[in-house]
Amino acid sequence: MFSAMLGEAWHAMGANRLRTFLTMLGMVIGVSAVVLMMAIGQGAEASVKRSISAMGSNLFIVLSGPPNMGGARSATGNAVSLNVKDAEAITELDGIASVAPISTGKAQVVFGSNNWNTDVIGTTASYLDIRDWNLTAGYSFSDSDVRSATRVALIGDTVAQNIFGDDIDPVGKTIRLKQNPFVVLGVLAKKGQSLDGRDQDDTIIVPLTTAQRKLFGNQIPGSVRQIMVQAQSDNVMVLAEENINGLLNQRHRIRDGADSDFSVRNLTALANSAAETTRTMSLLLGAIASVSLLVGGIGIMNIMLVSVTERTREIGIRMAIGARQRDILMQFLLEAIGISIVGCLIGILIGVGGAYAVNAFTGTEIIIATHTVAIAFGVAASIGIFFGFYPARKAARLNPIEALRYQ
Amino acid sequence: MQNDVITVSHVFKEYLTAAGPFPVLKDVNLTISRGDYVAIMGPSGSGKSTFMNILGCLDKPTQGHYFLDGHAVDRMDADAVAQVRNKTIGFVFQGFNLLARASLQENVALPLVYAGIDKQERLARAQVLLEKVGLAKHIHSRPNQISGGQQQRVAIARALVNNPSLILADEPTGNLDSVTSEEIMALFAQLNAEGITIVLVTHETDIADHAKRQVRFLDGRIVQDVLTHNKTLSEVV
Repeated sequence: MFSAMLGEAWHAMGANRLRTFLTMLGMVIGVSAVVLMMAIGQGAEASVKRSISAMGSNLFIVLSGPPNMGGARSATGNAVSLNVKDAEAITELDGIASVAPISTGKAQVVFGSNNWNTDVIGTTASYLDIRDWNLTAGYSFSDSDVRSATRVALIGDTVAQNIFGDDIDPVGKTIRLKQNPFVVLGVLAKKGQSLDGRDQDDTIIVPLTTAQRKLFGNQIPGSVRQIMVQAQSDNVMVLAEENINGLLNQRHRIRDGADSDFSVRNLTALANSAAETTRTMSLLLGAIASVSLLVGGIGIMNIMLVSVTERTREIGIRMAIGARQRDILMQFLLEAIGISIVGCLIGILIGVGGAYAVNAFTGTEIIIATHTVAIAFGVAASIGIFFGFYPARKAARLNPIEALRYQ
Repeated sequence: MQNDVITVSHVFKEYLTAAGPFPVLKDVNLTISRGDYVAIMGPSGSGKSTFMNILGCLDKPTQGHYFLDGHAVDRMDADAVAQVRNKTIGFVFQGFNLLARASLQENVALPLVYAGIDKQERLARAQVLLEKVGLAKHIHSRPNQISGGQQQRVAIARALVNNPSLILADEPTGNLDSVTSEEIMALFAQLNAEGITIVLVTHETDIADHAKRQVRFLDGRIVQDVLTHNKTLSEVV
């Protein structure tokens, strides 16, 4: 009997194809919007999460210069107030895993006839551990390279591509930075975009001392603009931040209540809030798309009500020849569910296709999770049941005598 | 097997209107035995349609009892009544009432869907009955592709498909010309000869004359119950 009823529902859907198609269109648009928005939202979430893990975990960055200065203000980091000794002192604090003082600049890098402008990071060997950054070739420089300011460099993937191309192995080659020859010790693994969209692979890492003495110069020996600090775990982040503030205030002789000449930023917290924002955006997109699904459901209900009225006489005939109320209910319910499920399947195809198209044309990362598709399908089927139930019950409760007389 | 197909005793029916209860049937008693062929007659408003609805289990009496094949229909729940309509009664309507979207074969097989019979047997039985009413060539046609008389034959085949104890025909020739009407009445006569009980409602005396027995309604009461050729069984005035 159930298969006969499925057949009936299929026939009824085919009886007025244009109307069935238009009703379905509401579901198609709703479901494809949900699938597409979820794919884009989850893609964005995943790319943010990857950026966060590429950044390294439990990170602080200590910047020289006060968070805000009275009177004339300058950008944080302009006044050079930190130095290598501060970094060494931070290492001794409780809860600190690793510390890397950083001095950065820009330089033109030359190899043979190729040249490229890139960021140069002068730092210590611990920087790679803090950033959780591996090498794909060669090896890293050591503390002794930092002490003796050797001209060695680790190059990022983008730099390697631009000045060496695919054919040449960069390791052991000599490149020139501001006319100084540097030996390439290693090639950094690809990290991709940072949270703010910069290419993290467009960089060269050299020993801190080399950067300061041979590339950019330094007014006060040993001073640095930034110190990157990694806490031992997530739990000690707060304690570590307090300890760093206390230590540096003491070392820099900042009196209580006076402005400090440095600032400590919790990068992990910033990253997490970025992730939170993306997740909210993704939910919002899904919610907006769901509204169209709801509208599609109302469209189904509307058409089913029209259909029940149009087929009142048919309902009367069916009742006269022995259909029970629940047979009539089931017939109209199956029709509503049929419309929503077929609409949903088409919507899923279009949504998935649309997501791949977005990916192909804009390069935006997309993720089509099986469970999102399954949820979209379940929701569509439920909408069919929910919005189909009222018209179906209306049909089932018709009085057979009146229904038979209906013209 | 019960010898009386229909036993109606002291049936009253009232409709609730804005002006209070309006009585349509007033103390109707009727017994129809197996194999009988009864014409129910009467002017509009006499209550004959309401009586047919009660006989067809589409409506319930306000008061009184109705036994169909020995079962008290007035005490059954909705699902049981639906089953009675499906298995015990075959309906033939004035307007044929076929489903326009379905083929003749599917139309005839439709009651079997609600009897829970599988598709192969449904279609086989429908085909046998369409052959019986002379429409073997048209089983895949749609109702709008055949004449009114042919449509009524399809409706009769549908009424017969579940081997009912009773055929209820409501003005079955009302939409047909006189020649076609005669053909349909001949078919009813043949079915009755095969032992099927038939009750038909009509206001045309020449149609009623095909029946063995004629029951006349007036103002909600049976006023005449006679064997055709004016053999009076009983008279209620």
